[in-house]
Amino acid sequence: MKSLGSIRRDFAPWNDPDAKPYIQFENVTKKFGDFTAVNNLSLTIFEREFFALLGASGCGKSTLLRMLAGFEEPTAGRILLDGQDLRGIPPYRRPVNMMFQSYALFPHMTVENNIAFGLKQEGMPTPDIEKRVAEMLKLVKLEQFAKRKPHQLSGGQRQRVALARSVAKRPKVLLLDEPLGALDKKLREETQFELMDLQQNLGLTFVVVTHDQEEAMTMADRIAIIDKGEVMQVATPAEVYEAPGSRFVAGFVGNVNMFEGKIARGETGPASIDAGNGITIQTDNAGNATAGAAVTFAIRPEKIKVSSKKPQEAVNAIEGEVYDIAYLGDMTVYHVRLDDGQVVRASTMNAARVTEDPLTWNDRAWVSFRPDAGVVLTR
Amino acid sequence: MNTTWSRFNITSITFGFAFLYLPIVLLIVFSFNESKLVTVWGGFSTKWYVSLFHNQGLMDAAWVTIRVGLVSATVATVLGTMGALALTRYTRFHGRVLFSGMIFAPLVMPDVITGLSLLLLFVAIGLDRGLMTVTLAHITFTMCFVAVVVQSRLISFDRSLEEAAMDLGATPVKTFFQITLPVIMPAIVSGWMLAFTLSLDDLVIASFASGPGATTLPMKIYSQVRLGVTPEINAACTILIAIVAVGVIAASVVNKRREVQRQLDERAAQRG
Repeated sequence: MKSLGSIRRDFAPWNDPDAKPYIQFENVTKKFGDFTAVNNLSLTIFEREFFALLGASGCGKSTLLRMLAGFEEPTAGRILLDGQDLRGIPPYRRPVNMMFQSYALFPHMTVENNIAFGLKQEGMPTPDIEKRVAEMLKLVKLEQFAKRKPHQLSGGQRQRVALARSVAKRPKVLLLDEPLGALDKKLREETQFELMDLQQNLGLTFVVVTHDQEEAMTMADRIAIIDKGEVMQVATPAEVYEAPGSRFVAGFVGNVNMFEGKIARGETGPASIDAGNGITIQTDNAGNATAGAAVTFAIRPEKIKVSSKKPQEAVNAIEGEVYDIAYLGDMTVYHVRLDDGQVVRASTMNAARVTEDPLTWNDRAWVSFRPDAGVVLTR
Repeated sequence: MNTTWSRFNITSITFGFAFLYLPIVLLIVFSFNESKLVTVWGGFSTKWYVSLFHNQGLMDAAWVTIRVGLVSATVATVLGTMGALALTRYTRFHGRVLFSGMIFAPLVMPDVITGLSLLLLFVAIGLDRGLMTVTLAHITFTMCFVAVVVQSRLISFDRSLEEAAMDLGATPVKTFFQITLPVIMPAIVSGWMLAFTLSLDDLVIASFASGPGATTLPMKIYSQVRLGVTPEINAACTILIAIVAVGVIAASVVNKRREVQRQLDERAAQRG
């Protein structure tokens, strides 16, 4: 059976029509004065899901998170958590906790008092608090830093304190606002996997806001791509990448080559696209685009092969000239300028240390791809 | 940068400090003068300090000043902090611009005008002038200083701290007392100290607002000086200077130590 990308595990409540939604945004609109931050948005998140809200800054994703936490109230629409309407419930009575982008650690309290703060508010007995705090410190590997103040910690340690503090109360939902934004690249990658393990072990529902698509792809079960306060697509990372629903999503996540054209023949399924300047693209799935419809053919760089001679077996092969080469170690990226002027980006894994078909600047070259390598977009 | 002592630098420093401190040094020196004549040196003595403590009038005035200072600084700090909170937090209430302008007006208002208008008010509402009215007057003119100090701290305050506290289950009241107040406490303390110092050395407003039985130390000193400067006054002033100097030096040493400690901590944290 063919499938998109790798399957993480048998966890897909979004495909189960009987699954009970856990968090529901129903036609939520949020306006700040004349500015509409969130526009008639609906979303469903399931229990124990690792859900990412992905978008550029100012797209409204943080506002969604803040509405869930209770710092903002929707102008219209409603938000349900486990069937309960959250309207009018102040942040201190909501069973959700948030990890702030700035961490927001209390500067006048030690690490253990920071973690204990939420537990003290709910009136937990002192011995239980001590036990829970010790457990949390162990979880984030900060046992020997319990008596330190936040300014005596490094950035990575502060991030872990913030995490421990936000999960200490065992919230139903953990909200993470750019949780790894302030960390350097290497630490960020390590922490991504730590967060995934933590979510699995604690069995919590995570909603993470990020502008980093790689971060969202790595961690999330599903990603919602947000633009100008609206949901563009909600899908698994593999679906978002391999089957983007629109030009925006295709261009936002990863690199993509786009050919504008018209469906020349074919009803549904296989079709041929006339992309102008004598370029015809054969695709084996044009979705529901009918003949004559204006479409965009989108194809990822790693699905395009570059060669010095026209490959015999290729259904799609277009001639051009090598315009730029970037050698990145694990792969090489070619920019090929087609004869009509369009530049195609193709990347090749450097599986072997030497290449048999060396190409250099200004060489004539062929770009080729299979009929199932790209997607046809109508939006 | 040239760090050597040029002739020009030495001259500037000497003149600068002479202008600032020569009068004070003279005052301190003559407070230890044996002679009764203020400008004639008659040998070293501490007798004026002894006689100062037996001068009931001066001691009473000092006690009044301290009471007025403590009460007015405390009330002014509470009011000033509340004003600063209102101005920084509720940015969209009606008449905010007018209010924020008005809270800072007394900073530049001549003391004579503040004093005179307070006097008129007290007379108009029939309030007998005394300890109460001086205290009220001092609260009025020091609270705007507190508001300025606290407001500047609140502007740089990270609001996500309060959101985090509420997110973790603290009600707004608990959040204020457990998070906001401790974090801005240093600013409140320095606001209090500023208010106390201002109250301590105010002469003009106290002269207008005070009445019989509530003579503050600056008023007492001023009235005595008009009858001729005695070395007793010098002694009283020297003690005041000592109190202020000790306070200022202690505060800066504590601040400096805290700063150094913080930098050491941060460096230690960077290393791991």
